Amino acid sequence: MIELRNITKKYGTRKALEDITLTLPHGKIIGLVGENGSGKTTLLKLMSGLLTPNAGSAVLDGKPIKRKVATNIAYMPDADMFYPYFTVGQLFAFYESQFTDFNPIKAKEIAQFLNLDLNSKLKNLSKGNRGRAKIAATLGREADYYLLDEPFSGLDPMVRDDIAKGLIRFTNPERQTVILSTHELKEVEPLLDEIIVLKGNRLIAHEAVDEIRDTYGQDATSWMVSLFRKGS
Amino acid sequence: MGIDFLPDKPIYQQLIDRITGAIIRGTLQPGEKLPSVREYAVEAGVNANTMQRVYKELEQMEITETRRGQGSFVTADEAKIAMLRDEMKEQLVTSFLQSVEAFGFTTAEIVEHLQKRGDKR
Repeated sequence: MIELRNITKKYGTRKALEDITLTLPHGKIIGLVGENGSGKTTLLKLMSGLLTPNAGSAVLDGKPIKRKVATNIAYMPDADMFYPYFTVGQLFAFYESQFTDFNPIKAKEIAQFLNLDLNSKLKNLSKGNRGRAKIAATLGREADYYLLDEPFSGLDPMVRDDIAKGLIRFTNPERQTVILSTHELKEVEPLLDEIIVLKGNRLIAHEAVDEIRDTYGQDATSWMVSLFRKGS
Repeated sequence: MGIDFLPDKPIYQQLIDRITGAIIRGTLQPGEKLPSVREYAVEAGVNANTMQRVYKELEQMEITETRRGQGSFVTADEAKIAMLRDEMKEQLVTSFLQSVEAFGFTTAEIVEHLQKRGDKR
């Protein structure tokens, strides 16, 4: 379980997140939504131990999250930051050298599921296939938590579909949790158990998707739009 | 991704409707094996927890049964499927009659019209 307690994060004098309290249980796929600049990436980085809060605490199974505690958290950044001259296979080997939970057999299975050629160099891959390679390397880790920053953004519908299916196929809902930030809520909603909404660097909602439809009789996108209207 | 869902109904409910619909139409036969939760979740593009819930509710409705180590199967009990068909008919007619009443038609004139349409086909 990841718990955030009254977290505030500043970059210089600018507040990126303000007083966030949040509990993320095991075994869920959780969507993180909000406008650009609302703090989604900062929140994911705090959960993965890449950033430390200015106030409040981030705790994983009772222990404060630091880079070293966060070994069973797989963070996938939005940015493309792999060595371009690596092949997909070499990328996997690199991951294996860095992460003890990396399972090369699983990674290869994912690559096959996504029709990725292990011998292609990353620089020669299309953007879509680089997206596939990135998710294959990330899900190749047997982590408890997968924190994915915009796994669908800028990719065509076929790639988005593949990545969504890869996520369902290669994560275990009994013991693994996925937290992903996205702007494509309409498309991603069927994947999600819960949704977290950030607005103006604050948490404004955290709800189960079924509850939203049951209680408000609308899909997550309309619900989010009405939340935003109400607040402004 | 996967299936297009309606916005005003929970996704698990829409998946239950899909499966019961397939059983009523006969695309899913009595006693037929269903895909595993994971397989079906991947195919439909939905969360595996959602699919788990769908399978659980179908089992509670006694439309499917889980055999240990073998997976889920559509019930082989024809009486249960007949009941499912009747329930669906009832649901359809109820919602149809609600619209009929909303427009102020009489049941008699609608029945007459339905009869005519039926004869034509």
